[in-house]
Amino acid sequence: MTDENGLTRRRFLKTGWYGLGALAVGEGVYVGYRFLSPRIGEGQFGGIFDAGRVDEYPPGSVTLFTEGRFYLVRQIDGGFLALYRQCTHLGCAVPWDAEQQKFVCPCHGSNFEQDGAVLNPPAPRPLDLFAVTIENGTDIRVDTGQKTQRDNTDGTFAVYPEEIP
Amino acid sequence: MSDNQEANSGGLFKRFAESMNRGAPMNPSDDRGRMKQVMDNLVLHLHPAKVAKPSIKFTYTWGLGGLALLLLVILVITGVMLMFVYTPDPEHAYQDMLNLKTDVWFGQFMRNLHHWSGNALVVVTLLHLLRVMYTGALSRPREFNWILGVSLLVLVVVANFTGYLLPWDQLAYWAVTVGVSLLQYVPLVGDELAYFILGGPEVGAATLTNFYGLHLAIVPLLIMGILSFHLFRARKDGFSIPRKIGEAQSERVERITTIPHLVSREFIFALAATAVLVVWAILIDAPLEEAADPNHSPNPAKAAWYFMGIQELLLHFHPIFAAIIMPAVGLTMLALLPYMEHTKDGEGVWFHSKHGRRLAVLGLITGFVGTTLLVIADEYYINLPEQLPSLPTIISNGWVPFAWTMAGLWLYWELLRGPLKAAISEARQSMFTLILTGFVVLTIIGVFFRGEGMALDWPW
Repeated sequence: MTDENGLTRRRFLKTGWYGLGALAVGEGVYVGYRFLSPRIGEGQFGGIFDAGRVDEYPPGSVTLFTEGRFYLVRQIDGGFLALYRQCTHLGCAVPWDAEQQKFVCPCHGSNFEQDGAVLNPPAPRPLDLFAVTIENGTDIRVDTGQKTQRDNTDGTFAVYPEEIP
Repeated sequence: MSDNQEANSGGLFKRFAESMNRGAPMNPSDDRGRMKQVMDNLVLHLHPAKVAKPSIKFTYTWGLGGLALLLLVILVITGVMLMFVYTPDPEHAYQDMLNLKTDVWFGQFMRNLHHWSGNALVVVTLLHLLRVMYTGALSRPREFNWILGVSLLVLVVVANFTGYLLPWDQLAYWAVTVGVSLLQYVPLVGDELAYFILGGPEVGAATLTNFYGLHLAIVPLLIMGILSFHLFRARKDGFSIPRKIGEAQSERVERITTIPHLVSREFIFALAATAVLVVWAILIDAPLEEAADPNHSPNPAKAAWYFMGIQELLLHFHPIFAAIIMPAVGLTMLALLPYMEHTKDGEGVWFHSKHGRRLAVLGLITGFVGTTLLVIADEYYINLPEQLPSLPTIISNGWVPFAWTMAGLWLYWELLRGPLKAAISEARQSMFTLILTGFVVLTIIGVFFRGEGMALDWPW
């Protein structure tokens, strides 16, 4: 009972059984993975934060939002950045050192500039960003569910309020 | 007198007791009875009825496998006790730790015993592995059992790490933050994996639930399953027989009954070990810092001590190398060690041969001096990303130092095989010693010699 490909009925059935077995294992793994997956939207972190009005933040200021785990940075040129507080090296909470005007990670000595750029390794990349939107030219919203990783700070990541005439 | 008559001859209690062991006599007076008792008793039958006399010499095995088993039993008992006074919830967990001190009878003692036994288990499992390695007791037919043993070592570390979070103090919170962050450097799936394990973007209530489930159910069940297999193979493969250097593997060794010779040694050793642990747990409290505060990382934030070798590597290599490639390669090589061996020449001899012993010491010294010097050099003189500014850090801080390290190891290998005339298994043993010593030195530096900002500092 061999067809031209050399496939016997016995081999066909055997392969079929292995295939079905693999499928069953796969289903089990998928069900387990989805069952155990984190439930999104718990608590406040991960949602959208109302960060107040543009004119509350003088250029050059760095403001911590504890609940949102981010720093709202207003650059000298007026642009806004929301920097995720977690160090990109190993996840420590990075405090802003107002005296030295930089972020200094207490854990492993990484330093970051005001815009999140790495001043001192071991951090492998700049601080991550959350999406900032400015509504009606004044109201700042930060979406902590949208995180951007960047390799460098060359591009323009800052968001600028539109000039209202 | 037949067994049947004997069993019926001593009243109800004796009959009941003997029936537990399939009719084997309770206090056997001859070797045949003693062997029958070993075979028919649930616990004792993990042993063979008779063992080779030299195999049970204490200075051969150091009782390390048995000690690991004892620690595991203590961990199960104390762990189950702690379950009853602990709530895996950020609101309560830390308070429960404080309550152990003030409200629960023997609460602190129970936690101490669990904590120290867990830490001791990591050390003892590693020492057990080293004993087996250095006496060549991993060659055929024991190769697969070695793999089971390495898996158990990994599981013991996972059990420790998942338990580390449960007290919910600063130590726990940041050690787990740092530990899980290492996973983010796994290519492609790293972020997803870390998110899954944490149950969210950072350590929180969901993480505690996950770790509680892993620590109390998943990991213990895996350990139980693999350990059964490990013991089964140890029993089936037989014990290796120690020899002196130059002594031939003898065909005929004296075999003695397990009762009383092995069982009595195990019992006395277990009693002594338990006594030491209990005294230790009475005198030294398990550490507990302030309650976990996600807003303030301590300075420095260190991982659990058994991960400090890797964290120390992270200060010198790009994370992909330090956290992923080097540990993965090291662990794979370790697991496959017995499959590289093709002879049984070294079985039962400490360090293989006289030359092997010298070369192992050479590996120890080279690993110690080399690692120490490299760490100091990297701390004060070398800053590759700055010295090679045109290259991305994965090359300047990754491929470059990695290639240098590999070149150094290759040079050492060539030295062993060439001028030092090492046989291949002696060279392998020396190389293993060098790498292991290097890792231990990194761990010691990480634990004791790293101060604020992870700068090198004296511990005193």
